[in-house]
Amino acid sequence: MIEIKDIHKQFGKNRVLKGVNLEIKGNGIIAVLGPNGSGKTTIIKCILGMVLPNKGDILLEGKNISKDWKYRDRIDYLPQIANFPNNLSVQELIRMIKDLRRQPQADEHYLIDLFRLEPFLNKKLGNLSGGTKQKVNLLLTFMFDSPIIILDEPTSGLDPISLIRLKELIASEKKKGKSIIITSHIMSFVEEVADEIVFLLEGKIYFKGSISELKKKTDQPDFEHAIASILTHSYA
Amino acid sequence: MESKTPNSLLSDHGKSVIEPHPVKRILTIVSFLMISFSGYSLMAETLQVCTTCKIKTIKEGVKNARPYDTVLVDKGTYREYNIRIDKPLVLKGVNYPVIDGELKGEIITITSDDVTIDGLFIINVGSSYTVDYAAVRVIKSENFLIQNLVLEKLFFGIYLEKAKNGRIYHNNIIGDAEEEYNSGNGIQLWYSHNIEIDQNIITHVRDGIYLEFSDNCTITNNRSSENLRYGLHFMFSNNDLYSQNTFRNNGAGVAVMFSKGIKMHHNTFKHNWGTAAYGMLLKEINDSEIIGNTFQQNTVGINIEGSNRVTYSNNDFIGNGWAIKFRGACYTNLFKENNFLYNSFDLSYNSKLNDNKFEGNYWSEYTGYDLDKDGVGDIPFRPVKLFSYVVNRTPEAIILLRSLFIDIIDFSEKVSPVFTPDNLVDNIPKMKRIQHDRN
Amino acid sequence: MLKILKYSFYDLMRSRWSYVYFLFYLLLGIVLLFLNNNLSKAVITLMNVIIILVPLIGTIFGVMYYYNSKEFTELLLAQPINRSSIFLGQYLGVALSLAVSLIIGLGIPFVFYGIFRSDAIWDFSLLLITGSFLTLIFTALAFSIALCNENKIKGFGYAILTWLFMAVIYDGIFLLSLIMFEDYPLDTFSLIATMFNPIDLSRVLILLKLDISALLGYTGALFQKFFGTGFGVLISFLMLVLWVVIPAWFIRHKALRKDF
Repeated sequence: MIEIKDIHKQFGKNRVLKGVNLEIKGNGIIAVLGPNGSGKTTIIKCILGMVLPNKGDILLEGKNISKDWKYRDRIDYLPQIANFPNNLSVQELIRMIKDLRRQPQADEHYLIDLFRLEPFLNKKLGNLSGGTKQKVNLLLTFMFDSPIIILDEPTSGLDPISLIRLKELIASEKKKGKSIIITSHIMSFVEEVADEIVFLLEGKIYFKGSISELKKKTDQPDFEHAIASILTHSYA
Repeated sequence: MESKTPNSLLSDHGKSVIEPHPVKRILTIVSFLMISFSGYSLMAETLQVCTTCKIKTIKEGVKNARPYDTVLVDKGTYREYNIRIDKPLVLKGVNYPVIDGELKGEIITITSDDVTIDGLFIINVGSSYTVDYAAVRVIKSENFLIQNLVLEKLFFGIYLEKAKNGRIYHNNIIGDAEEEYNSGNGIQLWYSHNIEIDQNIITHVRDGIYLEFSDNCTITNNRSSENLRYGLHFMFSNNDLYSQNTFRNNGAGVAVMFSKGIKMHHNTFKHNWGTAAYGMLLKEINDSEIIGNTFQQNTVGINIEGSNRVTYSNNDFIGNGWAIKFRGACYTNLFKENNFLYNSFDLSYNSKLNDNKFEGNYWSEYTGYDLDKDGVGDIPFRPVKLFSYVVNRTPEAIILLRSLFIDIIDFSEKVSPVFTPDNLVDNIPKMKRIQHDRN
Repeated sequence: MLKILKYSFYDLMRSRWSYVYFLFYLLLGIVLLFLNNNLSKAVITLMNVIIILVPLIGTIFGVMYYYNSKEFTELLLAQPINRSSIFLGQYLGVALSLAVSLIIGLGIPFVFYGIFRSDAIWDFSLLLITGSFLTLIFTALAFSIALCNENKIKGFGYAILTWLFMAVIYDGIFLLSLIMFEDYPLDTFSLIATMFNPIDLSRVLILLKLDISALLGYTGALFQKFFGTGFGVLISFLMLVLWVVIPAWFIRHKALRKDF
């Protein structure tokens, strides 16, 4: 579904991606992990066309995405920081994104109920708390029925109930046969939802496989320690 | 030549009108009813000129007339030039007969006193590079009246040469001048004194009205516009008055030069645009007064050079490039109670010396206050801007007019004058536009 | 692009600052016309406002809007929308909402004053047209500068500096060079120098309708020939259009190559 071929990216003198190859096939949940600055968000943004690679190609459903923008209606993206135009109300924002994506049939009511956003619908986005904004952010992401979902730190600012709802949501989307890409710092969350893990280190893919494979490789009993051991080994 | 038959057919009728029967004349003389007529008119005869009359040309008419007769010219076209009027006479057109000079030379020359010319349409005056042909010329004569003429296609219009005590009234002079070197003036006075020029309209000639060595003339209620050079031009002429005239859109406005004792009242100088155009140019003018005039939308309102002891009061300067431009050597002039409204520059000065006084004018640029509410601003006004100085030196800098940078340097010059004369101030600037008494 | 334009426009039309801007012009118009009661003076004051304040406000708004809507822009970037549409749409949204505030804010008092029955209608329209051009130009410059500078403070600083340069410093250098080279023919130089600064160009265009026409002749035949004819005015407007198109093209160029 998504094919990343030898991607290089450099910001100024800082070489973030040094030849990343990755293939994401069919359905399932892939977690992209790595220490700060390892290039997780950069890869995601490369897929979305927000960051333009210096070298390499990204193919989505067999087509090269460079200089294209229409393919983005195949992707639902949850950005890390939810910040919206302050003068719009939640309702207007929803209508606007639907309008921009040309999908007026998309149904937000189920999600409004799920995240209990009803009382905020007519409030200006500028007056919402960080958590509520994140819920709106989630709503905008899951509202559309695209085959690929990319979630950048989806758990930030969420209360426990909403977190549970989010997990349910991810599970149900997975059931629909979608590919879901997640980045997160919360290891327990990753462990719970991810089918496969991609570990980025110094601009390269250090590990790709299931959690059990990772545990085996690092010879650690649990996931968190496995990650920690990669880091200590690589820095040693 | 061509119209002999109709002439002879109508000759009887023509005769009866022109020459009253001798018996009738005697009867008239003895009649008591007619005593109220003046003796003068009793002696005068009226001769008729028309294309079908016995007298077919104006020249013939003038020749046949005796002094103080009236020659009536009927409607028609008379192809004549060099008509010499050498005796006191009234030459009067009925329904504007046309005298067509066919570009051959001068049309009417007056060499006698007491001549009146009235109601003629004179066209096609000859032009020459050596002789100043005029539609009407008056030479060394007195007590003349030239009125109600329409002059077209002319070289010079009305030319007075050493004439005196005459009146030029209500003429319409419409030239078609294109180049200065081969065109003449509308009304020209040369060594002519005590002349009254009233209610004439002059357009499209070189100078509308030109006075040279002519004293004690009054020029009133004329409209001089669209002339190639000056609307009015004064040279070496003293103690003249011009008032209530309008000078519009002339090549270079009005020039008053080398004269003294000139009174200029209530004239309007408008729309004299152009490289060297001004409302009025004063050069070597002394002891004169300029009162109640309006200078509107001229490149320069008044350009002053070498003029002393001139009083400027109650004038309006509206929307000119420069309201007043001093070219140096101007002393003891007084500017009192004038309105300076929205000129790009109120004053331009080219020296650091100032001997002229500015008192109680209204300046639309004045931004001071009047705390004691006496109608006079509490802080003095400096009418000369630094930028006008810069423009004098580098004319191209005008393109920066009203730029913020220019405003900043003007402001700093205002606060501490370096380049402009620091005694050039109006210490009692008015807070409100002055309403002039125009009577 | 029209959709983005529409939403940016709506967004700004609801922002407090648009109203402040609108009310400022409304008040200015009312004060100038009804307390002063002189049209010529009002138009001259307005000209000063338009050639100085309008570019400044365009600059500040442009930079502010760009940085403030950065996250929203990122949201849009993940949507199936062309990049150049996003940025040109946002730019036009800001610029047009400012232009609308200007036109309506100043227009209302002038309409009540009876501008439609006055000869000054053309002078006034010209003021609004150049004002709108300056808004478009300086918002575009501000957007370009913001696009090139990730750092908010830096971007803001450069934008204000650009304004200051165009509004004041440029003319200072211009004047100094005129004085320094006064022995040479300067009219071609002056014309070209005017063309290269949109503020100067707008000022001269407005002055042509006001008082400079009386003075242009004074400076020589070239000026008169250039500005005295429709040709010069046409060229000037063309230059203003170029001043909009080039930064707008730059915004597009930069936006297509930038990482977010």
